[in-house]
Amino acid sequence: MDIVLQQLVNGLTLGSVYGLIAIGYTMVYGIIGMINFAHGDVYMVSAYITAIALALLTFFGIESFPIILVGTLFLTVAVTGAYGWVIERIAYRPLRSSSRLSVLISAIGMSLILQNYVQLSQGANQQGVPTLLTGALRFHVGDGFVQITYMKLLILFISILGMGVLTYVIQKTKLGRMCRATQQDRKMASILGIDTDKVISTVFVIGAVMAALAGVLVTLDYGAFDFYVGFIIGIKAFTAAVLGGIGSLPGAMLGGLILGLSEALFAGLISSDYKDVFSFSLLVLILIIRPSGLLGKPEVEKV
Amino acid sequence: MSQAVGINFKKSSIDALIAGFMALVLFGPIVGVVLDGYGFNTEFVRVAWMVAAVAVGRFIMSSFFQTEKGIAMAFRYANNDEGVEVLKPGHKSKMVWIIPLVIAIGLLVPFIASKYVLTVVILGLIYVLLGLGLNIVVGLAGLLDLGFVGFYAIGAYGLALGYENLGLGFWSMLPIAALMAAVAGAILGFPVLRMHGDYLAIVTLGFGEIIRLILTNWASFTHGPNGVSAPLPTFFGLEFKRRSSDGQTFHEFFNIPYDSAYKYMFIYIVLFAVVWAVLFIKHRLVKMPIGRAWEALREDEIACRSLGLNHVLVKLSAFMLGASTGGLAGVFFATYQGFVNPSSFTFFESALILAIVVLGGMGSTLGVVIAAFCLTVLPEVLREFAEYRVLMFGILMVVMMIWKPRGIVRVTRTGFAARKGVVK
Repeated sequence: MDIVLQQLVNGLTLGSVYGLIAIGYTMVYGIIGMINFAHGDVYMVSAYITAIALALLTFFGIESFPIILVGTLFLTVAVTGAYGWVIERIAYRPLRSSSRLSVLISAIGMSLILQNYVQLSQGANQQGVPTLLTGALRFHVGDGFVQITYMKLLILFISILGMGVLTYVIQKTKLGRMCRATQQDRKMASILGIDTDKVISTVFVIGAVMAALAGVLVTLDYGAFDFYVGFIIGIKAFTAAVLGGIGSLPGAMLGGLILGLSEALFAGLISSDYKDVFSFSLLVLILIIRPSGLLGKPEVEKV
Repeated sequence: MSQAVGINFKKSSIDALIAGFMALVLFGPIVGVVLDGYGFNTEFVRVAWMVAAVAVGRFIMSSFFQTEKGIAMAFRYANNDEGVEVLKPGHKSKMVWIIPLVIAIGLLVPFIASKYVLTVVILGLIYVLLGLGLNIVVGLAGLLDLGFVGFYAIGAYGLALGYENLGLGFWSMLPIAALMAAVAGAILGFPVLRMHGDYLAIVTLGFGEIIRLILTNWASFTHGPNGVSAPLPTFFGLEFKRRSSDGQTFHEFFNIPYDSAYKYMFIYIVLFAVVWAVLFIKHRLVKMPIGRAWEALREDEIACRSLGLNHVLVKLSAFMLGASTGGLAGVFFATYQGFVNPSSFTFFESALILAIVVLGGMGSTLGVVIAAFCLTVLPEVLREFAEYRVLMFGILMVVMMIWKPRGIVRVTRTGFAARKGVVK
């Protein structure tokens, strides 16, 4: 019983992280219909920037945890957002009118570039950050107990906050209306005076910013990372996006939570060696059984 | 096109400044601050060089695209989707002699080359086989397969585990592995090929990873990360070992001194024959209705379906054929290494094969053969640049897609004309 509850807690935090990264996949897919293969590696870059920001802030003698957290978040979000913008500008914008296959291959190339670039400049070794926030809430359940660390609470809080702000931006602001208009019909939106190239760039930046939030939170919680972390977490976040219905923003968050919870339960109750196999099989199964996902609209293809 | 020509240096300078600033933001933290434990070392000189290179490069590019030549080039890029070049009916290539020449040189290689060169050439040929297999799937049928390495692994582990558990040797596993890979391709492809193209890429990627994770984790059957040894091929039942436990060995039978290069020579000759067979089959298939259907489906799926092509079966045939070629390559890889373990079948391997197809040209046979040798033999020659290899592949893929999405070698095809005697 306590194992199940503990895994539910772990799954909830894991799922909110998947949800944050899945937002990048789902928004980009919604707006230009491509799978941004390099998105997982944007997350990886943000993990490195987190560690670098922490090291810099510590070097300048800042020790109070809230200031470090806010400073790291700010730096990481800013630099990772710039990465998102530049990647779109270099690798995807020149291919706007090309076939989908070309764009996807270009994205794979970008993913390889990011991985190798980080490996070459930072070294291939695993890196780490010190634990900054310790302590946990404990609840006694039967004979055992369930533990929720403060870090996990922080992850939940910041991801819910991030998703809430994003939902507000997309639903209520002018920028959000422009995004939704471009998503529905890009040509019509541009006729109506929306700078669609700018909107697409903005969407890439938003995706990168969400991935950066996830990068900061996971790095602070887990501590260790290397240049290869983006690959696995990227596919899993993509699974979450497909599970919720690709193109749908609430779907990405829901998909992330479902994937995180089911993966944590699988790892806790059945086998942790095969948890990645479980997630990938889930992806294959969803695509076969219900490719439009839980909240997505079925893609109507006319012949 | 009638813009006033003249370089606006102010615009170029602003472009260069913006590019330089972005480069500073991007490279500053990652390149300039190298993590060392919980502390860091600074490398600001590297950053300065990179930022300067980006700014200067952007300035030159911005200026160039304002000149007449640059504008013409940019215009050409905007519509560079030329497709296949169609030659005149009855066109006879002047390069007919090249095929016998290549075969003759190819057959001479094992007797001239040293053992090291031979092993490099064998590796190159294995990648030619992989490139040809993926070229059917990506180049001809237009299906992006990111888990091609999964079929390669099925072939390689098929040989190793088939020998260990069932006692099957190289020759019996060669067809069985091709079949196994094709069946795996069918099981994976059949449900997925009905759907949109992009999903196939992700499903195959997931499949490749599942195969690798199972090979790593199912230790009781696959021996996990430790790997399994694979048997050598036999020459009409004669083994290529120094001493055989049962029966005669190759060198004893022919009464020649033992040389460890014999086995590589034999693998090379068999592989060479298989590559030519695959080339021949592919060459013929492209001219047959099925090959036409692959290419037509790649160009316009909706038109093909309206004309009554069963898109699932056509795609499935390409997918299975590609998979079985991958399986064949896997068998050769296992016997050449004498040993297989899961680390040979990572996603990077799939990306490398994809880079071969992209560089060589989608659907072009000659291009793929050249690209396979370039991408596998060059890293052997330029070992000091080995760590930049992945970076180069990545840049290559992005640049090729922007610059020449159809690859370096353009696909040509002889046109059709009415037969003599047919009323026009």
